[in-house]
Amino acid sequence: MALVDIKNVTKSYGSIEVLKGVSLSIDEGEIVTIIGKSGSGKSTLLRCINALERIDGGEITVEGQSVRTDMPNLRGFRQRVGIVFQAFNLFPHLTVERNITLAPVLNKRIAKAEGRALALDVLARVGLADKIDAYPAQLSGGQQQRVAIARCLAMGPHLMLFDEVTSALDPELVGEVLKVMEDMARQGMTMVLVTHEMGFARNVASKIVFMHQGRVWEEGPPADLFANPRTPELRSFIASAR
Amino acid sequence: MRSFSLADFLSLLSALQWTGVLVLIALAFGAPLALGLALMRTSARRALRWTATAFLQLVQGVPLLGLLMFFYFGMPVFLGVEMPPLVAVGIAMTVYTASFLGEIWRGGIEAVKHEQWEAAACLGLSTWHQFRYVIAPQAFRMALPPTVGFLVQLIKGTSLASIVGFVELARAGQLVSAATFQPLLVYSIVAAIYFAACLPLTLWARSLEARLNGAR
Ligand SMILES: Nc1ncnc2c1ncn2[C@@H]1O[C@H](COP(=O)(O)OP(=O)(O)OP(=O)(O)O)[C@@H](O)[C@H]1O
Ligand SMILES: [Mg+2]
Repeated sequence: MALVDIKNVTKSYGSIEVLKGVSLSIDEGEIVTIIGKSGSGKSTLLRCINALERIDGGEITVEGQSVRTDMPNLRGFRQRVGIVFQAFNLFPHLTVERNITLAPVLNKRIAKAEGRALALDVLARVGLADKIDAYPAQLSGGQQQRVAIARCLAMGPHLMLFDEVTSALDPELVGEVLKVMEDMARQGMTMVLVTHEMGFARNVASKIVFMHQGRVWEEGPPADLFANPRTPELRSFIASAR
Repeated sequence: MRSFSLADFLSLLSALQWTGVLVLIALAFGAPLALGLALMRTSARRALRWTATAFLQLVQGVPLLGLLMFFYFGMPVFLGVEMPPLVAVGIAMTVYTASFLGEIWRGGIEAVKHEQWEAAACLGLSTWHQFRYVIAPQAFRMALPPTVGFLVQLIKGTSLASIVGFVELARAGQLVSAATFQPLLVYSIVAAIYFAACLPLTLWARSLEARLNGAR
């Protein structure tokens, strides 16, 4: 059974239909990269997967559980599906440690010492153990984004969603964040990411999904998709992206 | 007629206690109400928002003096409820505090970016935890200067209680002034006492603000 199963999902904002029947299935350990023009519905799809947006039709299941904004145990579900945003969204009034341990302390009631050990552990995975006592404003954009990733990892998610996590970064800081994501991919994390980093999509993804006008226009392994685009839309997208 | 003496000064100071009592009552009852109003005003539920808005429209349209008059003179006439001055004044100050602080704090809550709620929700925090640990501390920081500004306002506002015969600092000033025929001196002293009571508050707020800003 697929880890994520998206069937015929529709979603409108007012009278504008943003998702027009999206179907997609994601197996455990897969790295799925969603590409497509601005406004094609990539972020909306991602936000539907962790119940940040209500869907109007179709169904999304994660680990066999039907995803709805009013699903039972939504909070437990959110801890199993991490999401990282373009704008980091760290809590500016808390140290890096507190940013990371806030949810485990409140949700799982772990002890203080245990929390610090957990923070050190996930920070080590993003290469920032020395920043544990810093405040977000004292970090570079790339470091803040890595802390945001570590904060997600601390929940022990089974699936991670990334929405253009490098788009707000200065070019020289993009690499350090991509490297962290590559490491996670190598360790077997199931990941769905929206990105404009075609190199990353080509080298790391197990599957590329090209979205166009609220639909999955084409999907397949990166080698196939980039070498033999079947639709003119994907062809022109690839041409414009390089 | 007698001249202004140390005893008069001490009676002014002891009247300041009652000013303090009024401020404490207003805060003890008004601040929790204010928090409730701020939460209702920012709630996703329309019924809660409307109830709070209606209450605020009603109260903020009436000056503090009007509230005092209503609870002291109006309640016995309209509802047949007679209250001692302390209770009437206490209720009026509470309602006044709740409405103003409520709006100040609502502003603070709304000034925190929507994404902060979302990020907290994505970590599986309950709505209350999202507010308590993520939103409230940031809202507090932004609302601190206007909150202190209101406190100073409140301390001075207690002087209006004198019109319903409640003997706090301003009323005590009237009494001493009538007994000594030295209004200029007496009211200068009264003003100085108000100033001395408010100054530390302003200074404390300034240092707190500096400390909070330093933390980021
Ligand atoms: N909250 C909202 N209210 C109304 N319309 C929205 C909302 N969010 C997104 N939209 C609209 O839905 C469409 C798809 O948006 P979405 O953010 O999913 O696109 P995207 O593929 O992520 O684009 P981008 O590459 O620019 O991030 C756009 O036309 C957008 O204007
Ligand atoms: Mg987007």
